[in-house]
Amino acid sequence: MIDQRVVTPEYLFFEAPREKRFMTGSEAVREAIKRANVDMAISYPITPQSESMHLVGDLYAEGYLREYFRGENEFAVMSAVAGASMGGVRVFTATGGPGTLRAFEAFPTWAGARLPIVCAFMTRGVNSPLSIQPDTIEMAFMLNTGIMMFHAETAQDLYDMILKAFVIAEKTDVHIPVGVFTDGFFVTHTRDTVEIAAEDIKLPPYNPYCAPVPVMDMENVPVRQMRDPFVMKSNFISYATHASWQQEIMAAAERARNYVVKYLGGLVEVENEDADILIVASGTAVSQSREAIGMARREGLDAGLIKIKCLRPFPGEEIRKLTRNATAVIVPEFNRVGWLCQEIKSVMEDTGKVIGGPRVFGGMTMPPDLILAEIRRCSR
Amino acid sequence: MNKSLFKISPGFEDIMPAEYRELVEHGPYEKGFGVSDLGTFKELIEEHPLCAGCGLALSLRMILASLPKPEDTIIVGSTGCSSIAFPQVALHNIHSLFGNQNALASGLKRALKLRFPDKIKDVVVIAGDGATADIGLDMVMQSWFRRENITTIMLDNEAYANTGGQESGMSPQGTILNMAPTGKKFPKISLPEIAREAGCAYAAAVSPAHPKRLEKAVRRAILLAREIGPTYIQVFSPCPTNYKFKPHETIARIKQREKDGTFSIKEYISPEAQEWLAQIEEVKK
Repeated sequence: MIDQRVVTPEYLFFEAPREKRFMTGSEAVREAIKRANVDMAISYPITPQSESMHLVGDLYAEGYLREYFRGENEFAVMSAVAGASMGGVRVFTATGGPGTLRAFEAFPTWAGARLPIVCAFMTRGVNSPLSIQPDTIEMAFMLNTGIMMFHAETAQDLYDMILKAFVIAEKTDVHIPVGVFTDGFFVTHTRDTVEIAAEDIKLPPYNPYCAPVPVMDMENVPVRQMRDPFVMKSNFISYATHASWQQEIMAAAERARNYVVKYLGGLVEVENEDADILIVASGTAVSQSREAIGMARREGLDAGLIKIKCLRPFPGEEIRKLTRNATAVIVPEFNRVGWLCQEIKSVMEDTGKVIGGPRVFGGMTMPPDLILAEIRRCSR
Repeated sequence: MNKSLFKISPGFEDIMPAEYRELVEHGPYEKGFGVSDLGTFKELIEEHPLCAGCGLALSLRMILASLPKPEDTIIVGSTGCSSIAFPQVALHNIHSLFGNQNALASGLKRALKLRFPDKIKDVVVIAGDGATADIGLDMVMQSWFRRENITTIMLDNEAYANTGGQESGMSPQGTILNMAPTGKKFPKISLPEIAREAGCAYAAAVSPAHPKRLEKAVRRAILLAREIGPTYIQVFSPCPTNYKFKPHETIARIKQREKDGTFSIKEYISPEAQEWLAQIEEVKK
């Protein structure tokens, strides 16, 4: 059996010595799960996610997890992790692209049932035509499911965000699921330097009785006996019950802001925030933007960068303040619909200065030159 | 659950609802009651909003009265008529979505095994025929293929009753229902046989017309699910509302179907399950 020492989250995240290793994003998932004290993981293959859950399976074989199996499809897997979470254990799974859409009905139920599930989404294009290539379009659909959403730019982000997601999700006053999204292939299948803690330490175990709803284990009194079921009742009390429950899920995400600030260092990260031209991005679009800003500087042009790490809850106040004095706000995205641009416009006062693009999709890479061209155009 | 957990704090007796007080004082936890004791204890199901004469409601009462260990039983349900009854059931019960009940139960059972390795925790799926044989069939069968230690009980009213009486895979061939305006074109799905072939240690078809048989099936299925593997019971629960017969005719309807050969009690027991049952039933004697 594996000998790991339980440490506080704060020690694991901020104090424990870290070693630099060169690894893929999928391997960064393995390293996070190795230290996350996960009880159970359930897998289902889909490119570009599969490798990460193979590696989690290896961790199970090595004794780091207590239960692991392959489900029959993503809807079933997301249902099975819900059952496991209702039964009071810490669970992990991962999917992406068509898998996310296949499982879609499950996500609002995770949030509605206050389940602190952590799921990694390795994003890819959705059909038709058939594509397995990078694209973040599935995130557009996920924005209003009630789950919290982090977007990792690098393998390092992926490692840190997955570990921190468990701690934030399991806070009693939060206790809703967290999706950690990363751009398939660009992060999952490329190698990068990742600083990781020693493998003999791990997070404290999940305490199911910290949940704000009863654990389904018949170890606490069943209190759901009621005279009238809410479902299908056409009366104000049943509407109000459902409505206030939804509001409470939203409030839980709001309460998570403090923990995102504490553990992720904020919902956004800013570089050169006083520049007239700001680029706002999430995921690997941030790396491409940073590259473009470097190229612009060499031409004597100035631009700043806002990296959004947390999309739900959305850093509306941060974006509003940071963009107030900018003359142009460029939003590069790896999808057709421009969901991030819509989000940013929804919180800004002067939306006329938002440039919705460049956008690439269908698997294309985003050459920094495309972003540089926008910086040049805005600098005229 | 230890029964001592289930009590009312002194001084609060008078403000607790009557049905809750009755449950604490006369509930079935740790009592080992069965269907013959119905009427002598507070049942797990409170007044429910299902139709008069509902076969499903009757079956549910008998199933709940037959649970071998209600104090450690968690029910997973699905969308349908039964999901309107479950909020009034005094057991932890989960409604997740339509059709995903066996997938959810798989995760739940495995989680409870991890948390309570030395304690019995029975996970019992109770869902309708639409949820079990149609929309959820892949997940039902996959849970059997995986040999999950869960019991699956189908309340077979031979239609999607809660949505207004549409044809289901369990409706008899030729039946005219909504979405089958000229009659159903294919026969009733043979799920007990499919269960037997798909890895169930035990598969049975019973009805509330024979309460002791129903009780025996429920007990065997749950005990075998603990020890051997997945088990399946199909409970014929005719629907007066959608099949347009009088509420008091539900049991007569079952008996008529037995007589004309379109419903029969079935029981398949795997050799391994047979051996284990012989052992425990021998000990009991």
